[in-house]
Amino acid sequence: MSEDTNDILNEFTNRDYEYGFSSDIHTEFIPKGLNETIVRTISAKKNEPEWLLDFRLKAFRYWLTLGMPQWAQLNIPPIDYQDMIYYAAPKKKEGPKSLDEVDPELLKTFDRLGIPLHEQKMFSGMAVDAVLDSVSVKTTYKDTLIEKGIIFCSFSEAVQEHPDLVKQYLGSVVSYRDNFFAALNSAVFSDGSFVFIPKGVRCPMELSTYFRINAMNTGQFERTLIVAEEDTYVSYLEGCTAPVRDENQLHAAIVEIIVLDRAEVKYSTVQNWYPGDKDGKGGIYNFVTKRGICKGDSSKISWTQVETGSAITWKYPGCILAGDNSVGEFYSVAVTNHFQQADTGTKMIHIGKNTKSRIVSKGISAGQSQNSYRGLVRVGTQAENARNHSQCDSLLLSDTSGAHTFPYMDIQNETAIVEHEATTSKISEDQLFYCNQRGISTEEAVGLIVNGYAKEVLNKLPMEFAVEAQKLLQISLEGSVG
Amino acid sequence: MQQYIDFFNSQRQKIDESCAPLLNSFREKAFDTFQGLGFPAYQSEDYQHTNLSALLKPDFGFYLNHPNAEINPHKVFPCNVPNLNSYKHFVVNGCYYREPMAQELPQGIFSGSLNEFAKQHPAVFSEYYNWQVDEKGDGLAAFNTMFVQDGYVLYVPKNVVCEKAFQLTNISGGKVDSLTNRRILVILESGAQAKLLVCDHTTDTQPLLAATQVVEIYAEENASFDFYELEESSPNTIRLTTNFVQQADSSQVIIHNITLSNGITRNNYQVDLEGEHAETHLYGMVIADAQQKVDNFTLINHHVPNSLSNELFKYVLDDEAIGTFGGRIIVVEDAQKTQACQNNHNLLGSSGCRMFSKPQLEIYADDVKCSHGMTTGQLDETALFYMCSRGISIQEAVLLLKFAFTNDVLQSIRLEGLRDRLKLLIEKRFRGELVKCQGCI
Repeated sequence: MSEDTNDILNEFTNRDYEYGFSSDIHTEFIPKGLNETIVRTISAKKNEPEWLLDFRLKAFRYWLTLGMPQWAQLNIPPIDYQDMIYYAAPKKKEGPKSLDEVDPELLKTFDRLGIPLHEQKMFSGMAVDAVLDSVSVKTTYKDTLIEKGIIFCSFSEAVQEHPDLVKQYLGSVVSYRDNFFAALNSAVFSDGSFVFIPKGVRCPMELSTYFRINAMNTGQFERTLIVAEEDTYVSYLEGCTAPVRDENQLHAAIVEIIVLDRAEVKYSTVQNWYPGDKDGKGGIYNFVTKRGICKGDSSKISWTQVETGSAITWKYPGCILAGDNSVGEFYSVAVTNHFQQADTGTKMIHIGKNTKSRIVSKGISAGQSQNSYRGLVRVGTQAENARNHSQCDSLLLSDTSGAHTFPYMDIQNETAIVEHEATTSKISEDQLFYCNQRGISTEEAVGLIVNGYAKEVLNKLPMEFAVEAQKLLQISLEGSVG
Repeated sequence: MQQYIDFFNSQRQKIDESCAPLLNSFREKAFDTFQGLGFPAYQSEDYQHTNLSALLKPDFGFYLNHPNAEINPHKVFPCNVPNLNSYKHFVVNGCYYREPMAQELPQGIFSGSLNEFAKQHPAVFSEYYNWQVDEKGDGLAAFNTMFVQDGYVLYVPKNVVCEKAFQLTNISGGKVDSLTNRRILVILESGAQAKLLVCDHTTDTQPLLAATQVVEIYAEENASFDFYELEESSPNTIRLTTNFVQQADSSQVIIHNITLSNGITRNNYQVDLEGEHAETHLYGMVIADAQQKVDNFTLINHHVPNSLSNELFKYVLDDEAIGTFGGRIIVVEDAQKTQACQNNHNLLGSSGCRMFSKPQLEIYADDVKCSHGMTTGQLDETALFYMCSRGISIQEAVLLLKFAFTNDVLQSIRLEGLRDRLKLLIEKRFRGELVKCQGCI
């Protein structure tokens, strides 16, 4: 590659993190460390019923028996789980009745993030649940949704107001015994979002949760639970950012989705946690367990993710296709730069008959980063006529970065048709030359190619997020491209 | 594992007795390695579907005295493949079978017993034997080094080109459950060219016959080596092979592994492309039914720029057969202009069979072209319908499609006689007519 192109790629891959400011919000902390007392304190702070405390304690005791998973293609420095605060919440009086009572600094924070909490200022057609550190600070458009019977509120609120629903579904897709981080989350989760779409309702607007880590030395452990009853549709968006800090902060979330007959859930994520600086200092450790179950016949779950942030990402959103004719989709763009590491992919578990899944994963590696796709397609013995197509492409933008693919295909039914393809290469010099000779500068050409490469996934994002995702891709990679 | 450690300690003298001292000199270190590592752990990333400790748990007998007298390979295996002109060699229950009449070989080539080679060429032996096992081997390879008493060596000196192929037939048999440890060492000096065909056969179907086999291949600059492995054993066999390949500049190695009938098989391949413009082609074909189990694992390391690797593994499974393919390609940071392609295609024929596939790429260099592809499915109904509508019976149509599916692996075989014979064997295998290779009694 010519010097010129190298310079452009370097420039291209060196842009600062835009959301790195921190806000001066009065925050309430609990003491550092993790033990049963801490778990009980979190539960007490949230005024939780006995069964939920039991759930937490069981999870905590199980977590104590586990060790950190070592199998990922990641170099995770030792994490001191006792040197961390497990609950941090913006101080409030009685809980804001209206926005006027909310800390203005907090409103400003979300305004700066482009997430205004005043309903009149928002994109019409999107309800937002804003989560700062450990608690949800505001959920917008709640009343409009309630008219339709849709419940969209913070997880803590759901525990108080809809305990039966929470009890029925909590841990039904991701058990606390699922893995190390799932057990940790189940023990100390603080807040998150709860969505319930009753039978026959098509959610009239996009639902969105915005997660923000603000406090220092804290971990964020939120939990999202989405239940879509028969014949429903909902599109749920998730965004996240964190301030620039030299320390590494831990984010270990769980997302559970339950989809009944003929229902569809579209879950989109733009993950932009602070990735650390150019020398790999700081950044969020993003260890997330996301899974949905297509319980009903002809149901569908679609995961779309744009992963640009986090120092280390460990994340495999999955679909259990239990209902006949159910469909699972996974579209992902994962960008790693500087010293970021990502080991991400999906799991498609085919159980019902005539189930289909599609995986499109696009990895872009720059700087000294390592970017891995790890995915499982399992076709069970009863899963007649299962169909899967997986496509995993990797683009390398520097000679010091790494792109890896680890697909696992376990096929136990002869009627299955499973296909997997993957390619790894850099941007072809022929393509750049072609653009150059047609008057497109190398800089623009690289931009065009990267954008075109990720387009298939970006197109799957809802409009509002697609704009943000494209912007993010520019921040992460397209420094000098207009 | 403990049983083998105790056995080694108690029988050390007997193991050494009939072997060249040079061969024995490697045992102690291997023993230490085996004690440290043990057998590769079940459900570790690379051994998720083969439990070595459980497979090797039975109380196997060892042939510590050379058992050649019991089996005359010329009687039990009168191999006569038309158009396959080859130098024939036999290894019976792990020991090289000494022919009464020596075969005439081109100048400088050594093709024969491992012990003999250690005595005749001690310097070359010391330079190459066990080097790759030491560098890259696991507990299983060390286990083989501990117990191996003989084996086969093909040594082709500088610039010697041997057109005629070498054929090595491994024969296992006996009256009791037994474990044999076989060894193959192939050294091609710069500019040398050779072809080796290894066939695995069993004479008895009843006792449980287990074998470990370590193959070390060294291809120096501009060397070219074709390695064909054909397994046609019985359902009561366990075959655990570890193949190491080390390639220098502009060398070319083509490997074919074909499993037609077996019990439980695990084949490991590790190829290290250490020289620029080195090329590796690795082909595999598995035809398995009943309770056959075949687990192929390949690791290709591209250490330098401008090397090429090409992998193609095809499985045709039926009944309750289980197929596993694990492939990993690693391209290190400076290995620019690497081309690596990995393909695995599988046909499933019944509801009881299973296929586990894991094609992996680890790429640390940017100017590369690497890809992998995997498909698992069944025969296309429209294609079958097309043929049936043209008057071809459904059985024939299935046969034609299956045969076409395996054909691209066969086409890459450069030994014409072997290719033709395999086509015939595979057709018979698909028709359910083949019990054993036609050359066997």
